[in-house]
Amino acid sequence: MSFLTIAFAALFYAATILLVVGLARRIALYWKTPAPLKIPTTPAPVTQGGVVLRMFREVVFFESLFKSTKWTWLFGWVFHMALFMVLFRHLRYFTEIHWLMEIVEFVGPLFKYLAFAMIIGLLGLLGRRMFVDRVRYISAPSDFLMLLLLLLIGISGAMTTFVAHTDVVAVKAFFRSLMYFNFSEMPNLPTDPLIVVHLLLVALLMIIFPISKLLHAPGVFFSPTRNQVDNPREQRHIADWARKLEQ
Amino acid sequence: MAKAEFEIPQLNENPEVPPVVLGTMAHSHPFIAKPEFQEPLNFPGELVDNWQEKAIEAMGDLLGKYRSLQVYLDSCVKCGACTDKCHYFLGTQDPKNMPVGRQDLLRKVYRRYFTFAGKYFPKLVGAEDLTKEVLDDWYSYFHQCSQCRRCSVFCPYGIDTAEISMAAREIMDRIGVGQKYCNEIIAKVFKIGNNLGLPEMALADTLEGLEEDVEDETGVAVKYPLDKKGADILLVTPSADFFAEPHVDGLIGYGKVFHEAGVSWTLSSKASEAANFGMFIGSYENMRRVSMRIREAALELGVKRIIFGECGHAWRVAYSFLNTLAGPFDFLDPKYPVPQHILEFTWGEIQKGTLNIDKSANDDMVVTFHDSCNVARASRMGPEPGGQFKIPRNVIKAVCNHFVDMAPETIHEKTFCCGGGGGLLTDDLMELRVKGAKPRMEALKNVIEEHGVTNMAAICAICKSQFTKVLPYYGMDMDMIVSVHQLVSNAIVLTGQTDGEDDEDESEDDAA
Repeated sequence: MSFLTIAFAALFYAATILLVVGLARRIALYWKTPAPLKIPTTPAPVTQGGVVLRMFREVVFFESLFKSTKWTWLFGWVFHMALFMVLFRHLRYFTEIHWLMEIVEFVGPLFKYLAFAMIIGLLGLLGRRMFVDRVRYISAPSDFLMLLLLLLIGISGAMTTFVAHTDVVAVKAFFRSLMYFNFSEMPNLPTDPLIVVHLLLVALLMIIFPISKLLHAPGVFFSPTRNQVDNPREQRHIADWARKLEQ
Repeated sequence: MAKAEFEIPQLNENPEVPPVVLGTMAHSHPFIAKPEFQEPLNFPGELVDNWQEKAIEAMGDLLGKYRSLQVYLDSCVKCGACTDKCHYFLGTQDPKNMPVGRQDLLRKVYRRYFTFAGKYFPKLVGAEDLTKEVLDDWYSYFHQCSQCRRCSVFCPYGIDTAEISMAAREIMDRIGVGQKYCNEIIAKVFKIGNNLGLPEMALADTLEGLEEDVEDETGVAVKYPLDKKGADILLVTPSADFFAEPHVDGLIGYGKVFHEAGVSWTLSSKASEAANFGMFIGSYENMRRVSMRIREAALELGVKRIIFGECGHAWRVAYSFLNTLAGPFDFLDPKYPVPQHILEFTWGEIQKGTLNIDKSANDDMVVTFHDSCNVARASRMGPEPGGQFKIPRNVIKAVCNHFVDMAPETIHEKTFCCGGGGGLLTDDLMELRVKGAKPRMEALKNVIEEHGVTNMAAICAICKSQFTKVLPYYGMDMDMIVSVHQLVSNAIVLTGQTDGEDDEDESEDDAA
């Protein structure tokens, strides 16, 4: 095995552990931190089912952002949706489940062009960050770097598809060997710079996910203004620490 | 026009998002609470010696108690969706009055002391040490947030700057830096029972005076009872209703509605205040202590129901928090929600047909309605979501012939704050209050010019006081602002009312 292959194997194990453990710890923290008061932003659903629907609209359609700024919504929504579809197509590097592969193959030709949608969305967000004075004011260096990171991942990935093909069969075999700890059959990773850069940046993204603003992904599900049922008069809501004040 | 030592914003027909101008409101900060107002609330009298350490400790404590704080400090992606949504930013152009700009004052310290990135790469993620300058910024800008929650409507993660402001004020209180206006008032509630410090005797006199006025005007002996044991309904209303204009006309209205509905009701000298400034300072303990007076009063008087008068943040605390803070209310009649809003009661009576309404009594007005933020975005009326928008309008339309709404992006859940909520209704913040009223003033001016609106009705004591004060700065008449139950009061024809319509009209002209 080449040094590059070994280094990337180690990197992806480390990145996966950091991502999973970091995210799990953060989610556990959100889970166990109580919400002592009912604070849904009203009008809010009066049933649990209504809350599920509200959250669905928020997560899938970015409802609140749509109410706010159409441009940000457009770029943000296009970027996220394209990202998810591109990620879905990446399943072909990890799985051999037959029916799943068939879906991936079926949508593949269409989905691969979504890389451009993703890049356009990111460029829109970056432009907004640079040229709208209010957004420029609130941006820290990390906010620009995050967009840059995602852009480079998108561009390097798209280039392996559209400019300089990489040996995807070897890449797939590499990741399946990693997943099944099957080191004897692990092939060497291709060494063309595009795939190396792409994989390196993806690992970096995985590592910083649980310590950055990417925590908005789990965060939205724990947001009390969005996930609470509007029923304070019908049902008494009280946190453990608050109950202690009553004794 | 009232005279001012600051520039009064120009009202535009088509409101625009202004460019950012750094530091325009850095000089604005309210008076600091003296030790005598801090200590009754169990806060240190003045800035403690090891305040940095204590502040970080307090932040850690709150992060463990409030999921909102923990999730919101982590989740912001700086997308900018909220940046043009705060009335204080729109009126002052100060970027620290953009919701995210305000949150970041706390977030940068959170990141520095509580996150990996902020501990090791502070410059990269905009993390900062808690210095005296940062504390001064906190004091200034967390007292430029009216906790109206408009930003939370537009945030893709529902981040509510009110939660951040409340936490920041709690942290500052715990290190001895309190705001005079709020903390003095809370201390007064503990001592006397209401925000204004009206003792029981004065309250009884006032109510007697009201009874005489109403009887003089209508010939009907409408009662405004105080501490009447065994009454069915306990009415808890903001103490401004006892004497301020136009608030008191609302109180007269509640009494007339109860009278016509034939229910027995009472006010309480112990719970002679609906307001709960404990919310503004983010102090669960103080908010709970203030709320407990209502439970105690209800128990002592043996009432069956609790109804709240017209007040915005009080209705939030009542509707959303009272059951949590002072419940369970299993000793009350389970047929009714606890608590109810006076508008829920009045709308119920209107639907039942128990009130004899003469809408023409309000024909001299073209009325618009100001949705109060805490009612609009932090509570509900009636069984359906959005009832908080429909019920007040239904009641107004049932008692007025001429009603017009303001622009859709300035009402309902998108309503603009009056500029004086959240514990900022104090003269030492006058510049902020006037500038923060700008978006609402613009919307109002537009309906005045397009539809000949003469009056704006409100259901919040703070909104009413704030508008009375700031309308003149924008060249409008302070008497424009009316209570919703004032409109109800005008239109109700009491059973056995003796005087003719003409007399009534005349007396109104005199009052106007």
